Amino acid sequence: MGEFLLVTIQVDMQDQLALRLQDDLTRAIEKKGAKGVLIDISALEMVDSFIGRMIADISAMARILSAKTVLVGMQPAVAITLVELGLSLPGVATALNVGRGMELLRESLRNSDSDDNFLER
Amino acid sequence: MTISSSGELPLSNEHDIVLSRQAVRRMTVELGFSLVDQTKMVTATSELARNALIYGGGGTLRWTLLSEGTKRGLRLMFEDQGPGIANLELAMTDGWTSGTGLGLGLTGARRLVNEFHIESTVGLGTRVVITRWK
Repeated sequence: MGEFLLVTIQVDMQDQLALRLQDDLTRAIEKKGAKGVLIDISALEMVDSFIGRMIADISAMARILSAKTVLVGMQPAVAITLVELGLSLPGVATALNVGRGMELLRESLRNSDSDDNFLER
Repeated sequence: MTISSSGELPLSNEHDIVLSRQAVRRMTVELGFSLVDQTKMVTATSELARNALIYGGGGTLRWTLLSEGTKRGLRLMFEDQGPGIANLELAMTDGWTSGTGLGLGLTGARRLVNEFHIESTVGLGTRVVITRWK
């Protein structure tokens, strides 16, 4: 994955596991000097306010570490439910799948090379 | 309205939240809920089970499969013996939280179901009942 980290969430997570993932991931961004993080949630059948907040927090922490986060693969039923729940994940970039997420990351990296707008979000 | 079956699950630790989500998923599948409706009921379950655990110090989830004419539905009752909620009106406001959460649990869960009922007595506990019909 080069300068990007890919996280695939495969299981119905307990809250503690979600918090640990947040910890591990921010540590990994720093250690690897990653410029982008892809979080693949295509296997998740539900995102509640706890997991939603975890995703938003990861995105915010990554941004401070100058990495961009893209959330990929959200199932339509999950997206519909999340919005009705009241969580719109502001500031979190999304893409349909990992491939498009990678494109999005590469594109924003290219833009950040030319002007310094990488941290705009 | 007739009751087809009922049962209860403990809400004593974080793993019980996962188990209750999975149990509710199975019930909604059995009732023939659409995928979106399954997801809404499972998500509401996750919010209310967590509330019962975090704010109520644990409790129980009682489930009932209902039928009324040709309609079928699932009723879930989340009950805890925690400190209760002093101001229910405030608690039912988007973004209000007594703890560290987002304040979307109660109000969000209400938007995800067809029927929502909450009662709480300070010092005795809180009971939330939700129903979703197919």
